[in-house]
Amino acid sequence: MSGALAAAASTTSTGEAVQFWVLGTVAVIGALCTILMRKAVHSALSLAGTMIVLAVFYLANGAYFLGVVQIVVYTGAIMMLFLFVVMLVGVTAADSLKETLKGQRWLAALCGLGFGILLCAGIGNASLKTFDGLGQANSGGNVEGLAALVFTKYVFAFEITGALLITAAVGAMVLTHRERTERARSQREQSEERVRTGKHVPPLPAPGVYARHNAVDIPGLLPDGTTSELSVNATLRGRGQVRDVSGEALAELAALEQRSERWLGRRKPEGTEAEGAGGAAGTSEDAEHRKGAAK
Amino acid sequence: MNPVNYLYLAALLFTIGAAGVVIRRNAIVLFMCVELMLNACNLAFVTFSRLHGNLDGQIIAFFTMVVAAAEVVVGLAIIVTVFRSRHSASVDDASLMKL
Repeated sequence: MSGALAAAASTTSTGEAVQFWVLGTVAVIGALCTILMRKAVHSALSLAGTMIVLAVFYLANGAYFLGVVQIVVYTGAIMMLFLFVVMLVGVTAADSLKETLKGQRWLAALCGLGFGILLCAGIGNASLKTFDGLGQANSGGNVEGLAALVFTKYVFAFEITGALLITAAVGAMVLTHRERTERARSQREQSEERVRTGKHVPPLPAPGVYARHNAVDIPGLLPDGTTSELSVNATLRGRGQVRDVSGEALAELAALEQRSERWLGRRKPEGTEAEGAGGAAGTSEDAEHRKGAAK
Repeated sequence: MNPVNYLYLAALLFTIGAAGVVIRRNAIVLFMCVELMLNACNLAFVTFSRLHGNLDGQIIAFFTMVVAAAEVVVGLAIIVTVFRSRHSASVDDASLMKL
């Protein structure tokens, strides 16, 4: 940046040009990914990349303070706030691709194209052949120059900004705060109500009881072999993450009965041989049971 | 290279952000597109500051950042509140006044 020497230069250094074309491409790709990615997390990360590139451009343009603030405030604070809300709202929630208004996307892309052409035509028509550069303005230091302006010429706007930030903080607290309308019931009250209604006075059945696995996502089996819905956590039930092994347990029971019958000699050995031949063509589970019985 | 190219880049980023606001329906992504537009404006301000050789443009960009921070805080709080009541972050579902 030789703007300090030349009062009105018309081109920047070659290094800055190379940096512009390389990082500018990255910025545009990041912006496109922001609006084209289906998942909000990917959009947020693309936008963070674009913002970092913009910070580099601020530094290249002589705005050293803004370049650092861009990284600290935008990529550091605002984008992380975005990611936090994305986690809160649900990472897996992908945008549906179904168009509610027919042809809206193409019309929007067309309007965007026209808008971009308008903007670029406006810039192209302006006579911006030479530029002054910030050498003189930054001569006393960029931060000092900004501070001198903020606390003299823009001091009123600066004060208003403070009021705005306080209002925003209070507004966010008011919006996200939830007032409890009724008192929370104590544990004693809940147990008394259970006894009074006579419903589930003892604790709920434990999961995995009489099942083949001792895991919380496997419902306990009732004496008749069916599963007990109450034995699995309501959250797991809501997500549909309940594994059902009652069928396996019943099949194992049937195999046990069959083996014991065979051992007691209530069935003819020829019959078991024939059944064994048929079973080999059947399920492999039966074969496993028979192997276990042979051991 | 003339610094005017930075202005073209800012215009391009602003256009992409504006198109995203119209195309997308997830409220969080809409906010990201608004942020992209604000950032494009900031880049234009910083470039103007360099073109004209004074720091006023950077001051305006600084104030834009402050306003953007306040806007994001309140906007995301609104999104969280709407999500609590409607269990959806899509702007199509927030149609309480429509029958």
